[in-house]
Amino acid sequence: MRLPRVLIWLRRRWRGLAAVALAAPAATTGAIAATLPEDRSELMFHSYDGGGVKATGPAVLVRKSLASRVSLSAGVYVDAVSNASIDVVTTASPFKETRNAYDLGAEFLVRDNIVSLGFNHSKEPDYVAQTASVDVSQEVFGGMTTVALGFSRAADKVGQRNTPGFFDKATHWQYRVGVTQILSPRWLASANFEIVADDGYLGSPYRAARVFGAAVPERNPRTRTGRAIKLRTIHETGALWSGSSLRAEYRYYWDTWAIKSSTWEIGGAKRFGERWIVDASVRGHSQDKALFFFDNAQAETTYVSRNRQLSTFTTTSFSAKASYEVRGLLPTGYEMKVAGVYELKRFRFKDFTDVRTGAPYRYDATVLQVLVSIAY
Amino acid sequence: MRRLLLSLTALSLVALAGCATEPWVKPYEREKLADPVMQWSRFSLPDKHREHIHSIREGARGATGVQGGGCGCN
Repeated sequence: MRLPRVLIWLRRRWRGLAAVALAAPAATTGAIAATLPEDRSELMFHSYDGGGVKATGPAVLVRKSLASRVSLSAGVYVDAVSNASIDVVTTASPFKETRNAYDLGAEFLVRDNIVSLGFNHSKEPDYVAQTASVDVSQEVFGGMTTVALGFSRAADKVGQRNTPGFFDKATHWQYRVGVTQILSPRWLASANFEIVADDGYLGSPYRAARVFGAAVPERNPRTRTGRAIKLRTIHETGALWSGSSLRAEYRYYWDTWAIKSSTWEIGGAKRFGERWIVDASVRGHSQDKALFFFDNAQAETTYVSRNRQLSTFTTTSFSAKASYEVRGLLPTGYEMKVAGVYELKRFRFKDFTDVRTGAPYRYDATVLQVLVSIAY
Repeated sequence: MRRLLLSLTALSLVALAGCATEPWVKPYEREKLADPVMQWSRFSLPDKHREHIHSIREGARGATGVQGGGCGCN
């Protein structure tokens, strides 16, 4: 049977037409809306005080864009740590040390995509960590949906106080994917999934485990793979209370050390006048212990640890933040804000005892952050 | 015949693209989403510090949206 001329023409050009068909949906929905973060500088003083550990210091971040296509950032973070935690005071002597961390970042706007490159270098007397990361995000579906992919690799060198050099190393990989969706003119939701894989020395040379009541060096596996999935949503609630919003999030984590944890957070924000924004939130975290965690092991096992971070415990946190826009101090074109954050964190351990009292260990920690932010 | 069917399928996809679900929130309806109270994070440094505390004081990691480096914090 001889085909009509038009069908013969279509049969010869099907590859080109297929390419157009695949491109057409993107062409009809793509309005370039991705934007780089705004230029700003932040100066913060931070403080953590709880469980015998005090860590305070300044942090600085500067961000500047070039030709509206690239945004460069650089940051410095200092932790002056005074450590008299329960592990330290029951097995050794309190100590002080300073950790300095440096961040460099570059974000490139390429059509609907933002490509972010990041580098972090953290140094303390007995631990050096270097992390490189790349993240790509793209707005699709008319800017309603943002899809993000990311990868990080970190290489650590592990040392010990009063011992020259480094005795071991650790490597970490992180793979992440996320989707943010506009659900309505007042409602956003996002889902994030991340895999964290570790290889190498994953313990602490200062921490002891307890087997049959005697202190022994802890023995941790040299690999660990964790997965986390986080769902969160934020809704503008101006109809109920002018200039306000509510948000909620939930993360579930599980790993090859048999730790399973649930973390949830509920919070809200409210504008008061033109210059004040106040935030408040409550966060809860609960986790099961690692397979080889024992408060006082009653058998010899290949791996054994008494690291309280791997035990069964809950954390409840209450946080309040207030920010204020300062006007008249800087020339036109600059926007200055000051902010203060206070957080109370309550740690309650179920199977880690305070050897000084024999009771399950518990402590409260306070976090304080004071910040000046200038956008230009 | 196979190539003819493929050509018709491709053409149908092009035509149906016009009938695909349109974004139901138009760009001019998104002003509320740009409100500072609707941002996941308004300041970078406090959020990064907060996630750093969580990662070293708790056993769970990841999916926080904050990338940072490691440390020997114990």
